[in-house]
Amino acid sequence: MTTTPTLQIDNLSVNFAGRQGPIPAVREVSLRVAGAESIGVVGESGSGKTQLFMAAMGLLAGNATASGSVRFEGQELLGASAPVLNRFRGSRLSMVFQDPMTSLTPHLRIGAQLAEVLLHHRDATRTAAWSAARDMLRRVRIADPAHCLQQYPHQLSGGMRQRVMIAMSLLCNPALVIADEPTTALDVTVQVQILDLLRSLRSEFGMALILVSHDLTVVARVADRILVMYAGRVVEASPAAELWRAPQHHYSAELLKCAPSLSGPLLARLPTLAGQAPRPEEVAAGCAFAPRCAAATEKCRRELPELRGSATRQVACHYPVSP
Amino acid sequence: MSGFWQDATERLRANPTAVAALLLMSLVMLLSIVGPWFSPNSAEALDWTQVASSPGLQHAHWFGTDRLGRDLFVRTLAGTRVSLAIGLVATLVSLVVGISYGAIAGYVGGRTDHLMMRLIEILSGLPLIFFVIFLTVIFGRGPALLFFTIGAIGWLTMARIVRGQTLSIRQREFIEAAIASGAGTPRIIVKHVIPNLIGPVIVYATLTVPQIILFESFLSFLGLGIQEPRASLGTLIAAGAGEMEAAPWILLVPGGVLAALLLCLNIFGDGLRDALDVKER
Repeated sequence: MTTTPTLQIDNLSVNFAGRQGPIPAVREVSLRVAGAESIGVVGESGSGKTQLFMAAMGLLAGNATASGSVRFEGQELLGASAPVLNRFRGSRLSMVFQDPMTSLTPHLRIGAQLAEVLLHHRDATRTAAWSAARDMLRRVRIADPAHCLQQYPHQLSGGMRQRVMIAMSLLCNPALVIADEPTTALDVTVQVQILDLLRSLRSEFGMALILVSHDLTVVARVADRILVMYAGRVVEASPAAELWRAPQHHYSAELLKCAPSLSGPLLARLPTLAGQAPRPEEVAAGCAFAPRCAAATEKCRRELPELRGSATRQVACHYPVSP
Repeated sequence: MSGFWQDATERLRANPTAVAALLLMSLVMLLSIVGPWFSPNSAEALDWTQVASSPGLQHAHWFGTDRLGRDLFVRTLAGTRVSLAIGLVATLVSLVVGISYGAIAGYVGGRTDHLMMRLIEILSGLPLIFFVIFLTVIFGRGPALLFFTIGAIGWLTMARIVRGQTLSIRQREFIEAAIASGAGTPRIIVKHVIPNLIGPVIVYATLTVPQIILFESFLSFLGLGIQEPRASLGTLIAAGAGEMEAAPWILLVPGGVLAALLLCLNIFGDGLRDALDVKER
């Protein structure tokens, strides 16, 4: 028996209206989140990783159009009306944003903001909502939840605010939490705490987690499975450990080389990846990474490699890195 | 929201200037309602023995009398009551209509915004005096009409200010976060947009009250507003201006009350804005 996947994205493309024709930000991405897994999506700025999930949440900008299909617990979300989306958003499907400094409404106390989610989605009474909010703050390891409820967002540190955002996303016991660069705006030490928190909350709550980041080390800390995106496409999908051990796409391999390591030899200079990611409207036929790839041949520049491989591990490359 | 207002009150209390302004303003308001009872004189009775007498204790004409021998103390208080009522009611109308109109136009955007703002431009393009004369001809003169006309034009600027603020608030991330947590458009406007508008709105509202009081006196001066024997601060000042060389108190008494009121309103508005701004601590 096959169960309905939590999230099933099929052939999702996102195009922005540009002066010279559409600008493709996401190209035919498919993705499946079954049950309570934890998936990491990695890519450079502009690789389309954020827009992919903005489309799923119905948060695309006005000049963007999406095609394909996004099914959440069997319900098509792409093109769904706001009332339909609002049945899922914030309750079954919630999101943690990049910048906790600006994602909380400044004039409302933390307690009121958390309680509002429950008042809205669960028809809870005010007292019940506030006490649920306090319990949730405790579960995201905030030391003094009762005090925190009474504070305004600007009185909290960045890490505290991100904990509040995470608490808010968990209030209605969601099936899936999408965390879009949840640690990018935070200090490195706080980053690790937040990531560890996300990892332990995921097993506590038994929900699925999608972690979007430009930082492979961040994703590797939390995700079971990693998708590497480049120029709007998924170029490699692999269990985290295997990707870390033996990347198959040249881009993933280069990314791994750039990740600093504490255990390895001390390098005078971190390796960098030469060249720049192509602008979305300038992607030529063939493999988008070909211009920066050492192993590229004429075939790479001419023919788009498809995402192929086993059920657990796929790569979109004509000449994958041999293990 | 109760906590929010509670906090704001606390912060307002910590601001002595604003509290003093509020107290003085309340005192004037209270006096304008109960003050006339303490005086043996009435606002419309003529005292031919005391024409244009200077302020003093004789015959209980504490603030003196005007050129028809009417008691200035009572007349000024009655005028203050009328002016304040017009100022407050018209400001309230402009707050309610302006905020909802502006917030909806700004937040919904697109064609709705376009249509709503064009309507405002048409309305503000109407020649105001013509509009007032037109209404006076249809409905006859009276304070009710004055409330209506001033209210009808007062919200236009408010709506524009609110829309402008809303446009910038709409871009902020907490709005996106609110959408992502499943809040519908009405809820976002009420809970996340309007409370963030309070600063500029309050300041503009406290500036509106004096504007409206001045506009009322202008209309009354043209004969379209409050008419004799009724009084408003505007008509009293207009009458006093004619006598200012011979009997300056006829101008100074209502003028002083108006100036004090406007100053208090501005100081209080400033304090209120600071008190409502969560971040300014």
